[in-house]
Amino acid sequence: MSDKKQFMFLNRRAPYGTIYAWESLEVVLIAAAFEQAVSLAFIDDGVYQLVTGQDTTGIGMKNFSPTYKTLGDYEVRHMYVDKDSLEARGLSVDDLVVVPWEDWETEETVDNIVEVVDSAKLAELLEESDVVFSF
Amino acid sequence: MSDLHTVNKSPFEKNSLDTCLRLSKAGSSILLYEDGVYAALAGTSASEKITGALADRKVYVLEPDFRARGLKADRLIEGVEMVDYAGFVDLVDACSKVQAWV
Repeated sequence: MSDKKQFMFLNRRAPYGTIYAWESLEVVLIAAAFEQAVSLAFIDDGVYQLVTGQDTTGIGMKNFSPTYKTLGDYEVRHMYVDKDSLEARGLSVDDLVVVPWEDWETEETVDNIVEVVDSAKLAELLEESDVVFSF
Repeated sequence: MSDLHTVNKSPFEKNSLDTCLRLSKAGSSILLYEDGVYAALAGTSASEKITGALADRKVYVLEPDFRARGLKADRLIEGVEMVDYAGFVDLVDACSKVQAWV
């Protein structure tokens, strides 16, 4: 059995109103640094974390949204977005950040690891994960 | 003078907006701020709540919170007014009291 576990980070909160989104991002970066297989899922208000064009100059808080774009460089391979949550909020994948990924060894590239998935697929992914971190 | 009601929770996560709308009277004002700003967007499953409220109440959204979340002014529900911090203060000053729905 491999020491590498499938980590899933479940994000269900909007950014800025609470600290959950930022805390999740911090733990994702730590997990990735320990060379675990890290995936992220964005459900309910969590889909708002990925909306582009965030500008926090007026609220005196750090805009951490540019970090999502770099997650591919930290070996995060999958960012799943719940289709139902997106649709309930009048959003589409065009409103969300694009996150490229590249395997440094094989030079395999993926243009965007952000993937919109339905409930059945999400349920499957959650069940397949070894550990689920909820934020 | 009427009351100013403030809502700072997402309409998708908490029922603060629902209760605010149920218990605020015609002629009062509602200010959406922090995660409450998501209620001000057109084309969502919560949009009808605000369009309904606009029939007899004024609805405002705090611009710095709206912009922080990457939301676009062209998706604002028609009739909702954007205010800045100074506008927030003016609303508080113009109303008899502030009722916060946290």
